[in-house]
Amino acid sequence: MRTVKSSMLKRGGWRTMLAALPFLLLGVLLVFLSFGLGRDPTLVPSPLLGKAMPAFEQPQLGQAEQRLSSIDWTGTPALVNVWASWCLACRDEHPLLMSWAKESLYPIFGINYKDKTSDALAWLDRFGNPYRSIAHDEQGRVGLDWGVYGVPETFVIDAQGLILYKHVGPLNAQVLEETIQPMLTASGIETEEE
Amino acid sequence: MTLLPELGHFALIMALPVVVLQAALPWLAGRNPQSVLLPFAFWAASAQTFLILFAYLCLSYAFASDDFSVRYVAEHSNTRLPLPYKLAAVWGAHEGSLLLWVLVLAFWTQALVVFSRPYALALKAQTVAVLGFISVGFLLFIVFLSNPFERLLPSPDEGRDLNPLLQDPGLVMHPPILYMGYVGLSVAFALAVVALINKRLDPQWARWLRPWTLSAWSFLTLGIALGSWWAYHELGWGGWWFWDPVENASFMPWLVATALIHSLAVSERRDTFKSWTVLLAILAFSLSLLGTFLVRSGVLVSVHAFASDPERGLYILIFLFVVSGGALVLYALRAADIQSKGVFAPFSRETFLLINNVLLLVSAAVILVATLYPLFMDALNLGKISVGPPYFNQVFVPLALPLVLLAGIGPLLSWRRADMSQLGPIVTRFIAPVLLLAALVPFAMGRWSAPVFVAVAMAFWTILVMLYLFIKEFRKEKKVIVSLGFFSMLIAHIGLGVFAIGAALTSVYSAEKELMVRHGERLSLSGYEFELLRNEEGVGSNYRAFRGVIRVYDDDGKVLAELYPERRTYLAQPDNPMTEAAIDKNVFRDLYVALGDPHSDGVRQRLRLYYRPFIRWVWAGALIMTLAGFLAAYAHRKKQHA
Repeated sequence: MRTVKSSMLKRGGWRTMLAALPFLLLGVLLVFLSFGLGRDPTLVPSPLLGKAMPAFEQPQLGQAEQRLSSIDWTGTPALVNVWASWCLACRDEHPLLMSWAKESLYPIFGINYKDKTSDALAWLDRFGNPYRSIAHDEQGRVGLDWGVYGVPETFVIDAQGLILYKHVGPLNAQVLEETIQPMLTASGIETEEE
Repeated sequence: MTLLPELGHFALIMALPVVVLQAALPWLAGRNPQSVLLPFAFWAASAQTFLILFAYLCLSYAFASDDFSVRYVAEHSNTRLPLPYKLAAVWGAHEGSLLLWVLVLAFWTQALVVFSRPYALALKAQTVAVLGFISVGFLLFIVFLSNPFERLLPSPDEGRDLNPLLQDPGLVMHPPILYMGYVGLSVAFALAVVALINKRLDPQWARWLRPWTLSAWSFLTLGIALGSWWAYHELGWGGWWFWDPVENASFMPWLVATALIHSLAVSERRDTFKSWTVLLAILAFSLSLLGTFLVRSGVLVSVHAFASDPERGLYILIFLFVVSGGALVLYALRAADIQSKGVFAPFSRETFLLINNVLLLVSAAVILVATLYPLFMDALNLGKISVGPPYFNQVFVPLALPLVLLAGIGPLLSWRRADMSQLGPIVTRFIAPVLLLAALVPFAMGRWSAPVFVAVAMAFWTILVMLYLFIKEFRKEKKVIVSLGFFSMLIAHIGLGVFAIGAALTSVYSAEKELMVRHGERLSLSGYEFELLRNEEGVGSNYRAFRGVIRVYDDDGKVLAELYPERRTYLAQPDNPMTEAAIDKNVFRDLYVALGDPHSDGVRQRLRLYYRPFIRWVWAGALIMTLAGFLAAYAHRKKQHA
C-alpha cells in the first residue's frame, strides 16, 4: 500500500489528480443537471398550499399613503401575481394577464417585488395594468413570507384567502385554461353554495 | 403533398450507417497512411454531407410549398409568411434547428476533408472519425427523438404562424452563423482528442489547429453580435445584452474559445501551455454542447422559452457525458505526461497571456455557476431563486475590464523574458494623452463618471498602442502578408477597444422617457426634441400595422429625421401585438422610438423614447473582431502552406 502511494507521488501524483479534476467537475455538473431534468423549473410545491395567505400590510403602489393588507384581498377567488419591472419574464406573461383582467370574473392582485415605485409605474404605463390593487414590497419582506423564489410567480387563492396553487415562472395559456381556471371555477361555486 | 418529406427522413436514416463508417474506419486503418480505408472514411464523410443536405432541402421545400401535412411545418409556418421567413422557419424551432446543427457539423467535416492537407493523413482521418462520432449522436437523436418530418394527418388547411418575434432579418442570419461558431469548435475538440490519443502535441499540431479555431471563433463572435443586435431592435427592450441563460449559453463557449486562441498562440510559438490548450479545446466544445442542452431541455427558465422535453434533455445529457466525459478521462490519463519545453520569465508575454487565460476562464466559470445556480439550489432543496443582470454585471465587469488593458500591454512585450525598457518609453509617451483624452469623454457626454473614465482610458490606451505597433511593424516589414497574423491580432484588439468604449458609454449615458402625447406636442430627451405629427394605418402581407409619424429635431430646432414606429397585429396571433420600433442611427447615438397603446380618449398616444449613445460601437467592435479573426485564420493557414 505504501509503495503504491509513494510510486504515485514519484510519478507526480498531484499532476495526475489535477488532470482528473476537469472530469470530476463535469461529473458533479452532470449530476446536478440530471436532477434538474426531472423537475419542472416552473413547478414548485409550496408549504403554503392549503394554508391562509401570509398576512401583510404594505403601502399601495403609487399611493404610498394608502395601506393595503391581506384582508383587502379576501372575499373572492383571485390570482396573486408577483412581478417586478426588472423581470424580463414578466413581460412575457403580461399580455395573458391583460386579457385575463379584461375577460375573467376573478381579479388579479399584484405584489410588486423589490422594485422602485417610479420604475414599476412606468412599466405599468408601458405594458398596461391588469391588477385590481398592488402591494408595494420594496424590501422583499412580503415575498419572503410568501416563499417567493423568483419573479414572476402566481398564486391562486380562494374567497377565504387560502392558497390553492402556486405557479413559478411566466404563466402560459395552457396553465391558465387547464389548471387555474377550473380551480377558480370550482372554488367560486363552493363560495356561492356557502 | 409530395413524398419528399419521406425521402428526407429516409436520407437521414441512410446517413446513420454512413457516419458509423466514417467514425470507425480510420481506427481500423491504424497509423498506416497507405490504407485503403482512409479514402473510404473521407468518402463516407462526403456522402454524409450530401445526405443531410438533401434532408435539409426536403424540409425547406416542405416549408416553401406550405406542406402542412408535415407537423413541424404546420406548427411553425403559414401561407402568408414571406418566403425568406418560411425558409428561416426551418430552424425556428427545436427539430429543424437540430437538423441545422448536424448539417453545419457535416459542413465543417467536409471543410476539414477538403482544405486540410499538410498534416499526417492518418491523424486527419482520425479527426474526421471523431467528428463522425459526434454526428452519430446527433443523428440518432434526430431520427428517434425529434424527427422534423413527422406527418400530421389529416393535414390542416393553414399552419400556425412563426413566432412574430422571429420574423426579422436578424433571425434569418443569427442561428446559422451562431451554429457555425458553436459547431466549428468541434473541429478543435476533435483535433485535441486525436492529439491526446496519439500523444502528439507539438507546435505543428498547434499550427494546424489555429485556423480552425480562429474561424469558428469568428463565426461565434459574429453570431453573438447578430443576436444582440436582433434583441435590441426586435424585442424593443432598448438594451443589447440581458444575461439570459440562452445568451450565456453562447457567451461561455466564446470566452473559452477566446482563451483558446490566445493559448494556441503560445503553444505554437513557444511549445508550452500545451496541456492547457488541449483542455481549453475540450472545454470550449463541451460548453457548446452544454449550451445546446440548456436551450433544449427546459431545465432553466428563459425569456427565449423553447419547448422543453425531459426525454430529449436526458439524451443530450448522456451524450454530453459520453463526449466530454470521454475526452476529459483521456485528458486525465495523458495530461501528466505532456511535457512543456518553453520556459519563460515572470515578466514576459507568456505571463500576460496566462493572466488573460485565467481571467477569461474565471469569467466563463462565474457565468456558468450563476446561470446554473437556480438549478443547484433546487437540486439541493435549498429553494428556487433567480439570478438577475445586476449580479452578472457586478461580477463580470471587474473580471473583464482588465482584459482591455492587458490587450494593450501584452503585444508590447517580448516572448520568454521582457524588460521594463520595452514598456517604459511607450508608457511615458502615451500615458498623458490617453488620460487627458479619456478625462474629456465624460465631460463631452455631459456628466462625470469614474467607471467611464477608467474603461475609456484602457480602451484608448489599447487602440493607441495597437496603431503604434501597426506602424512600427509596417515600416519594418514591407510585405504585409508576412505579418498578416500579427496585424490581425492588432485589429482584433482595436475591435475590443471599440467595443469597450461602446459598452461603457451606452451603459452609463443612456436615457429614456415614456409619455402620453397629443398630436403636435413636443418632448425633449437628452438634447433632442420629438414631435408626434399623426397616426396612420398600414397593411403588410401577414399583419396590420398602426403607425406613428414622429419628427425629430436637434437643439437648434433643425429637423433631423422622420420616424415611423409601428404596432403590428399579426393575423395568426391577433391578441399579441408586436412593437416595431423606428430608429434614427448614426455613429454617435441611436434615437429609438416605440409606439405604445393609443389612450382610450382617442386623442393621446403613448410614446417610448430611448437615447442610446455609442451603442453602434458595441456591434462595430464585435464586427472588427470578427473580421480580424477571419483574417488571422487566413494568415495562419497561409503560414501552414509556406
